Amino acid sequence: MSEEILTTQDLHLYYGEKEALKGINLNFDAKGITALIGPSGCGKSTYLRTLNRMNDLIPNVTITGTIKFKGENLYAPNADTVEIRKEIGMVFQQPNPFPFSIYDNVIYGLRIAGEKDKEKLDAVVEKSLRQAAVWDEVKDHLHESALALSGGQQQRVCIARVLAVSPEIILLDEPTSALDPVSSSQIEATLLNLRHDYTIIIVTHNLQQASRIADRTAFFMNGELVEVDQTKNIFMNPAKKQTEDYISGRFG
Amino acid sequence: MDTKKQNKLAIGALYGIAGLVVLILLALLGYILASGLPQLSWHFLTAPAKAFLKGGGVGVQLFNSFYLLILAMAISFPIALGAAIYLYEYARDNWVTTTIRTAIEILSSLPSVVVGLFGFLFFVVKLRLGFSILSGAFALTFFNLPLLTRSIEDSLRTIDLEQREGGLALGLSRWETVTRVILPAAVPSILTGVILSAGRVFGEAAALIYTAGQSAPALNFADWNPFNISSPLNPMRPAETLAVHIWKINSEGIMPDAKAISSGSSAVLIIAILLFNFAARYVGKRLYKRLTSA
Repeated sequence: MSEEILTTQDLHLYYGEKEALKGINLNFDAKGITALIGPSGCGKSTYLRTLNRMNDLIPNVTITGTIKFKGENLYAPNADTVEIRKEIGMVFQQPNPFPFSIYDNVIYGLRIAGEKDKEKLDAVVEKSLRQAAVWDEVKDHLHESALALSGGQQQRVCIARVLAVSPEIILLDEPTSALDPVSSSQIEATLLNLRHDYTIIIVTHNLQQASRIADRTAFFMNGELVEVDQTKNIFMNPAKKQTEDYISGRFG
Repeated sequence: MDTKKQNKLAIGALYGIAGLVVLILLALLGYILASGLPQLSWHFLTAPAKAFLKGGGVGVQLFNSFYLLILAMAISFPIALGAAIYLYEYARDNWVTTTIRTAIEILSSLPSVVVGLFGFLFFVVKLRLGFSILSGAFALTFFNLPLLTRSIEDSLRTIDLEQREGGLALGLSRWETVTRVILPAAVPSILTGVILSAGRVFGEAAALIYTAGQSAPALNFADWNPFNISSPLNPMRPAETLAVHIWKINSEGIMPDAKAISSGSSAVLIIAILLFNFAARYVGKRLYKRLTSA
């Protein structure tokens, strides 16, 4: 349990001249849920997106420092972003299913990787949708468009889509902020089911959500990591005054 | 004046403008069809044109128009698609892409007669292609490329950034994301652009007068060997299109039924474009369904 799967050392990120991350040191053990919290613009989403190199898409971003996944530097010159993202999947704030059927959405990664065996694909679809706790709701419409689903169902299909390529780490960027409370709690239940098998890192604005599901919580502010600890310590007995102020709603 | 009245007034004005546009269009269409439809017959659609006598048809011109359209699209679509994908999906915004975009913008506002004269000097004379379908197709490519590139780029722009992120986050390469996620989603919109530009190409005359020529030698529709001079498929033969034919009859036609032929040809041109639109839309819908199972 205590093996470190992902380590970040002295990570700086600049948007042009502006320093958005000011030297982050943060490590993640294999398995379990870590929540990243903090006020808007504190850098938590930016940090999350450095972990599978999604910031590569944004022009003018400079990154220094090292992030190692199982000892391999993600930002090494010969690092393969495609392979990295197969190991480190991501779920976004807005549910973003492809305009295909539910079935095709879930197996898309595998199919493009060349998997053709129908039985195997069927099995993966069922397993992934079950893991994402949406199987019972969609099993009779697998070949209908994923766009016809509700937002909450779409988001769980997106989670299933990531699970289908069997990553080690799943990054979630405020996955419930566009959803209603019922859908949110279904997503939370889904994540709690997955925490024994995957390393989950979730950015959330919802402090209750962090306290409900996260084993560990990291508090970010102004591009710096203020504090990281067991979730109950962060909420009950934070070491830093800034954390306490934020938790108790005095700002942010 | 209170805001409710302003609102009503604005809506009324907008309705009026929209109605005016529709009315003009209907009047034009109605006039062309009313004067042209009576001239149409199987003979008119299939017979070759006659230079001095009554009773010529537009069969050859009609075929030339379609052949030229297909050839021009076959050349310009892949280039436009590639350029649009490069510009929107790969290139970063810098002076190179700004220059390319400005060039496209300027090229798209080039008068087609200039494109035609350029085509004449370059393809017909310099490259010795002569007045031929190939020269015409190249000229039409120049004419078509800027607008098609723009419209495909705009189609790509309508697909959310989240779709790209979703693809990449699954471990798809950039190319796979573009070809397997973005393009299928953009098919209907790309197709609309293709249809619109096809309509323009089909009705284009000025760019073709100096490149594909104004003569339509009789074709032997039994001979499909593209190397024979009388074969319809021969890309090196001169080929007057329907639009050029209309222009020519009206400016220098000496056959006794020139007016009737001109009206008939105009109706054929419009109907062909209409049919082409419907067919393309149908194919687009089917294609989208197959690609997305939506």
